[in-house]
Amino acid sequence: MSKKSTTLFDKVWDAHVVREIEDGPDILFIDRHFIHEVTSPVAFLGLKNRGLKVMFPEKTFATADHNTPTINQHLPVQDPLSAKQLEALENNTAKYGISHWGLGNPRNGIVHVIGPENGITLPGMTIVCGDSHTSTHGAFGAIAFGIGTSEVEMVLSSQCIMQPKPKKMRINVNGKLGWGITPKDVALYIISKLTTAGATGYFVEYAGEVFRDMSMEGRMTVCNMSIEMGARGGMVAPDETTFSYIKGREKAPTGQAWDDALAYWKTLKSDEDAVFDMEYHFDAADIEPMITYGTNPGMGIGISQSIPTAEEAGGGKASFEKALNYMGFNESEPMLGKKVDYVFIGSCTNGRIEDFRAFASVVKGRKKADHITAWIVPGSHVVEKQIREEGIYDILTEAGFQLRQPGCSACLAMNDDKIPAGKYAVSTSNRNFEGRQGPGSRTLLASPLVAAAAAVTGVVTDPRELLAQQELVQA
Amino acid sequence: MAYDKFTLLKSTAVPLPIENVDTDQIIPARFLKATERKGFGDNLFRDWRYDGDGNPKADFVLNDPTYSGKILVAGKNFGSGSSREHAAWAIYDYGFRCVVSSFFADIFKNNSLNVGILPVQVSPEFLDKLFQAIIANPGTELEVSLPDQLIRIVDTNESESFEINSYKKHNLMNGFDDIDYLQAMKEDIFAFAEKSRY
Repeated sequence: MSKKSTTLFDKVWDAHVVREIEDGPDILFIDRHFIHEVTSPVAFLGLKNRGLKVMFPEKTFATADHNTPTINQHLPVQDPLSAKQLEALENNTAKYGISHWGLGNPRNGIVHVIGPENGITLPGMTIVCGDSHTSTHGAFGAIAFGIGTSEVEMVLSSQCIMQPKPKKMRINVNGKLGWGITPKDVALYIISKLTTAGATGYFVEYAGEVFRDMSMEGRMTVCNMSIEMGARGGMVAPDETTFSYIKGREKAPTGQAWDDALAYWKTLKSDEDAVFDMEYHFDAADIEPMITYGTNPGMGIGISQSIPTAEEAGGGKASFEKALNYMGFNESEPMLGKKVDYVFIGSCTNGRIEDFRAFASVVKGRKKADHITAWIVPGSHVVEKQIREEGIYDILTEAGFQLRQPGCSACLAMNDDKIPAGKYAVSTSNRNFEGRQGPGSRTLLASPLVAAAAAVTGVVTDPRELLAQQELVQA
Repeated sequence: MAYDKFTLLKSTAVPLPIENVDTDQIIPARFLKATERKGFGDNLFRDWRYDGDGNPKADFVLNDPTYSGKILVAGKNFGSGSSREHAAWAIYDYGFRCVVSSFFADIFKNNSLNVGILPVQVSPEFLDKLFQAIIANPGTELEVSLPDQLIRIVDTNESESFEINSYKKHNLMNGFDDIDYLQAMKEDIFAFAEKSRY
């Protein structure tokens, strides 16, 4: 009997099914569960009310990131509600014996940054967290997706979750990315083609030369944004890039366990004749630096292009007009040259060291534009340390920027890092929804290079122009 | 958390003909700071419902006394974005028991079912029909039958069937939740964990 061809996704999913419910969801065993202060308190309350225990406390990892301040983290948190959530996390994790890297811990940071950074995230795992950007961990060839608080309670109490098995999609991007084109541009390009709901109901595998050539951090950026086209998650088959990233990290296997793990991880790829429910092919040469003009991440264009008309954009005219009205933009206007007020670099999408290297490559030798307020927020203390050690900190401060402390920050503006109403922010985060970065805020999603170009010129600028000047100076 | 059983719902409806309503609109992040599940309905659609000073915006449907009911009818791709279950809590706490749309985001759909809200996915044509009927006559009643998996405009008797898996249907009709089910199969889970790789 010949073995049925399967996808990477099937291999990992099928290895975790504890039970299939007829005409219902699969019961999936969860290898790693991340929790944070905002979506876990009610789940712990549920446990308490039902008198349940945490089944495998060693499989859950906690961090504080969503509501934490990004300055003066050594002081008590001022906002009483945020402080109460942080205290609840501290107490709940202590009570149930769960590892907690809270504020002040040298390993603290954004949940989707510290998981990979510490070797907690490994290929072939199932990983969940009460946060939709859990899809980030798919970069390792793991099935990783965001869940609601009821599901957090399920995982705490039974290490399982109930999920109908999604359909499978493969997105192939082949060719070589042009100079100055980053993983964020690849993600925004794909979402602009598929729309914000184009992958709903699917789990995505990213394949092709562009992803094979991409670093782990770049793959994390792309997988992170999978949810922005509606997919529960996205994954990349693990390869030598993956293995060398993991090796030596704190929680990664060692010795014989490493050899055994590696042998298994090398089997984690889609069979050559595996069939997907949906497949897309894109050419890397078509991708330029991207920027969004509207109020969902699918409303993105190449930076040199003009805002489309409602007809060109497709979808509902009323919703399109509502979006442009909110942004204060008109159909057919160019994006280049639009005035920017704020710049935010950070988040689980673009808060890793490669992102700050990219930002610094544009900023080096230049000055922050006078009218720009910039929030430079590392994804973790480890990233912060790297920024200092690599001299990026000096480049930033010489240019007039201030480095803040790690956290989710202005990505969702639960702390004080809020973009004021009516102001424009070029942001390396993941969502440009109305009010996402503060009530009335207007977000332009882009890569760290585009963010840096806006930070030094004060307007939407193609970063390749500045990088070219940089190279001329250095030559 | 326990919720009311869902069988048959007959109610007027509130129309929200906007596409891609994300969970940041349903409940903005700054209202996620509670450590208990209560009071979220007050901030449902907060920034569409109130201005910066907290005054109701007259043009938003929840502030329009013409419309009321336990059914929210919304444009396609409802509930995209953040996984915050608070969005479903806010909808439930406000008093809605059913959301109708032509397309739902996955996480929102799961969260709704877990808190006792029935997401009813209808065809784009039927959704248009619902909007037209409700806007023409805000007193239009809809009847949602979970046992029959049918949504009907009472006046005209126009109807459409909807999908739900039999496991979730059974849960909603009886007020059961997944945690009860999982607790009952703990032995199987421990056995599975024994041979788990990680």
